[in-house]
Amino acid sequence: MIPLRPDLALIAANVAPGSRVLDVGCGDGALMAVLRDQQQVDARGMELDARGVAECVAKGLPVMQGDADTDLADYPDAAFDYAILSQTLQTTKRPDLVLDELLRVGRKAFVSFPNFAHWKVRLSLLWNGRMPVTRLLPVAWYETPNIHHVTVRDFRELVLAKGYRVEGEWFLSGDRPTSAAAAAWRAEHAVFLLAR
Amino acid sequence: MADAAIRIASRELELPMPLPLDGGQILDGVRVAYETYGVLNAEKSNAVVIFHALTGDQCVASPHPITGKPGWWLRMVGPGKPIDTDRLFVICANVLGGCYGSTGPASLASDGHPHAMRFPVITIRDMVRAQVGMLDALGIEQLHAVVGGSMGGMQALSFAANWPDRTRAVLVIASTARHSAQNIAFHEVGRQAIMADPKWAGGDYYGTGKGPENGLAVARMAAHITYLSEEGMHEKFGRKLQDRTEKTFGFDADFQVESYLRHQGLSFTDRFDANSYLYITRAMDYFDLAEEHGGRLADAFGASKARFCLVSFDTDWLYPTAESRTIAHALNAAGAPVSFVELSAPFGHDSFLLDVPALDRVIAGFLGQ
Repeated sequence: MIPLRPDLALIAANVAPGSRVLDVGCGDGALMAVLRDQQQVDARGMELDARGVAECVAKGLPVMQGDADTDLADYPDAAFDYAILSQTLQTTKRPDLVLDELLRVGRKAFVSFPNFAHWKVRLSLLWNGRMPVTRLLPVAWYETPNIHHVTVRDFRELVLAKGYRVEGEWFLSGDRPTSAAAAAWRAEHAVFLLAR
Repeated sequence: MADAAIRIASRELELPMPLPLDGGQILDGVRVAYETYGVLNAEKSNAVVIFHALTGDQCVASPHPITGKPGWWLRMVGPGKPIDTDRLFVICANVLGGCYGSTGPASLASDGHPHAMRFPVITIRDMVRAQVGMLDALGIEQLHAVVGGSMGGMQALSFAANWPDRTRAVLVIASTARHSAQNIAFHEVGRQAIMADPKWAGGDYYGTGKGPENGLAVARMAAHITYLSEEGMHEKFGRKLQDRTEKTFGFDADFQVESYLRHQGLSFTDRFDANSYLYITRAMDYFDLAEEHGGRLADAFGASKARFCLVSFDTDWLYPTAESRTIAHALNAAGAPVSFVELSAPFGHDSFLLDVPALDRVIAGFLGQ
């Protein structure tokens, strides 16, 4: 079996067995399959790309083709124990509203995103004056799906303003954990567990 | 020669019990003609029912009894195919009201004459009820899956809603939970074309050797347009002329698209009964799954424990994606495990019958569980 992407492995490790999960932007269903097979989770998914949905269906995973910006509205309140949004927040039109929706359909929400304040990004801007192209942000500014870049500090501020609670936070640098203290510039990737 | 290896059987049975209909009438001695592919296992747990579409038949993967053409879903059903007959026992029955061996308007009533328009108006649920009777007769308690495209999808939904314990999975392709005003309107054009043909004779044309072929052909032409996409039609025909270099300034089939539709209409009359067309289109028009369940579609699926998969096509304007999405949302609201995907294919509504590799993957994956 192919190991999970590090941020997904982190999320999987922190989802309670037997819970109900909605994975928004579930891709090919790798995380859902692990949650179902190893943690008896009732995992549902949403994915924009038809090929991703087809992959999921082929794995026996229930996945709706849909858009995080518009289609979460179709789920009832508190339908899930967790809503998961991994590496998708920065691609949505209104990340703030998507966050509200996540915490409406899920009692808790995992949100992971690439940190735009990682030192490599900062250096690229500082020295070259150019939008960075890095391992986690590999696409040039004009064709990237990431339309709302966000930093760890920005995200914390939004969560605070919304009055949500941070129940857990994890930071990754080159696929390894890094401390929260230096996360603002050392984390390539952040994972938050939020609650209402 | 892989296809030769399928175990095919053509069968017919008479339901032992009278069939109560939604319209209030009761039909006695209902016959159901069906084909099977593959082998039913000892536990009777590997059966899949495929429901056919409006002008379909039970010959999913066997030659058509009249035209001799290959089965209408041969690309999907067979050994090693997405609906794998090495593993699954596939059953497809001609619908009630049809003209391929199951009881319909052309069958003889108790007075020895064809029912014709004395045949009761039937519903999609009545069609399913007859096929549930067939399953009872075969001793199959629970299906691995029900599968259907278009009207077949309506039957699959009706089966899931009304006999929730009798299938573990439901696959609905290019279908809808209710007929829209536009759907009904197109069907009404077809029915009026048939009934306006003097040879229809109030439906009593059996045995005269001449039915309402012109009317039925026009009905088929109008319907056929709804099965294609504008883009597909343009690609196939454009404004190309048929076997000529100039317009004739007459009303011959100058354009290829006209010639094609005329051919579709005429060849249809060789293989379909006009009265069956009236009854089956009526059944589709009456279909509204939410209405049957107190007006809320989610309530139709409250008792179901089955897995669902809904597939739509981006160029299908007959039963557009929004219809499948509505069903998927209702299933979500009912808490059912449901997948929904809109596939991209250029062939309009007919995409479910044609070469769309992504559909093969979805079907194989969903039924493989």
